[in-house]
Amino acid sequence: MTVTFDNSEHFAAYAHPESLVTGAWLEANLSTPGLVVIESDEDVLLYETGHIPGAVKVDWHTELNDAIVRDYLDGEAFARLMSAKGISRDDTLVFYGDKSNWWATYALWVFKLFGHADVRILDGGRDKWIADGRPVTTDVTPRAESQYPAVERDDSTLRAFLADTRAHIGKPMIDVRSPEEYSGERTHMPSYPEEGALRGGHIPGAANVPWARAVNEDGTFKSRDQLEDLYLRDAGLTPGDDIIAYCRIGERSSHSWFVLTYLLGFDGVRNYDGSWTEWGSAVRVPIVKGVTPTGNAA
Amino acid sequence: MTESVPPVLSDIREGFHELSGNDRLTFLLEFANELPDLPARYADHPELLERVEECQSPVFIFVEVDADARVQVFATAPREAPTTRGFASILVQGLSSCSVEEVLSTPDDFPSTLGLTELISPLRVRGMSGMLARIKRQVRERALVVPPSE
Repeated sequence: MTVTFDNSEHFAAYAHPESLVTGAWLEANLSTPGLVVIESDEDVLLYETGHIPGAVKVDWHTELNDAIVRDYLDGEAFARLMSAKGISRDDTLVFYGDKSNWWATYALWVFKLFGHADVRILDGGRDKWIADGRPVTTDVTPRAESQYPAVERDDSTLRAFLADTRAHIGKPMIDVRSPEEYSGERTHMPSYPEEGALRGGHIPGAANVPWARAVNEDGTFKSRDQLEDLYLRDAGLTPGDDIIAYCRIGERSSHSWFVLTYLLGFDGVRNYDGSWTEWGSAVRVPIVKGVTPTGNAA
Repeated sequence: MTESVPPVLSDIREGFHELSGNDRLTFLLEFANELPDLPARYADHPELLERVEECQSPVFIFVEVDADARVQVFATAPREAPTTRGFASILVQGLSSCSVEEVLSTPDDFPSTLGLTELISPLRVRGMSGMLARIKRQVRERALVVPPSE
């Protein structure tokens, strides 16, 4: 069962235009069988304040993560979650959320670890949907339980661990955090509780492309030309590159992973979800400070 | 300083403990809806407000201490961040009109005792800890209380 694609001209230049939908397309397809809309937000209560009619909530913190180990659900648990939410393996899933779809792309990335085939993003996310005056509701539409199969999570294709990332030093890497986090100056805020990492800076060789540069003011993705300027011309990526993207916990870098993979067509992009909260606290991993990929010494 | 939870804050916590699961989230959402708008003297002067960096959403706080050493807490957070608004609202309601001593005696780990950690994740609760830490620091500064040695 394949739901038709949104053939908007607007998406035509992207490597995988079928991975995006517009608000107009989604509103017209809300009752199409086989299509499930998933809201994933930074804020765990935002869905409750109003969501796209029929949308299912998936919270990455409390639902996609294992409760004890810092890892995602395993295949059995993911299957239980999907079945409880009434999502089937062959459903077309359209993700959207707050903050220009950070968390939506994050959830989408996790779904891809389980190989869910047809996943798409609502361009512009939650804010644009609401700004455009499209319908929202606080009613939760009940869905019949489904039978989602237990599929083993694939951690080798789209995901990088610390050791993989360390072995990748010298190859293309994108640090999608803010310039202050990248340079390392953000650990020097006296008397403020600092969360997450014991050391500041970045992985040697990583280029800094803050994730939000890939989106317009209204949260929609920038054009292919603009994205190529950003990632190819400015950050020095070359088509065919194997790339690792990272941020603080892997959420912002999921957004960049989506852009690199689906909009620019890089096939070998992995997200290092351990990211700076792991790297910046690990013993004896190389770190450089400063605004250039090689650090201040450059 | 002996740690103790001020009475209103304690009542709020009991309110959470009496509920279970999703009802706790609904209760938090009620707090989010109750966060009062900033008084004009701050609404017109955003530079007076301190950003809580531990929260990913833009939340700002400001503390006043009057001549009787009573504390007033003000906070603002966007409608698009109801969890953060809920946290701010709990602290505004629970700490306003408290004495300086009462605010400073509030345990730093109060946010993690609300029974929300598993429902909304430790990372999010940490945002509320950041707010509380900043409120206490501002109270110290305004009341010229010497901070406890580490």
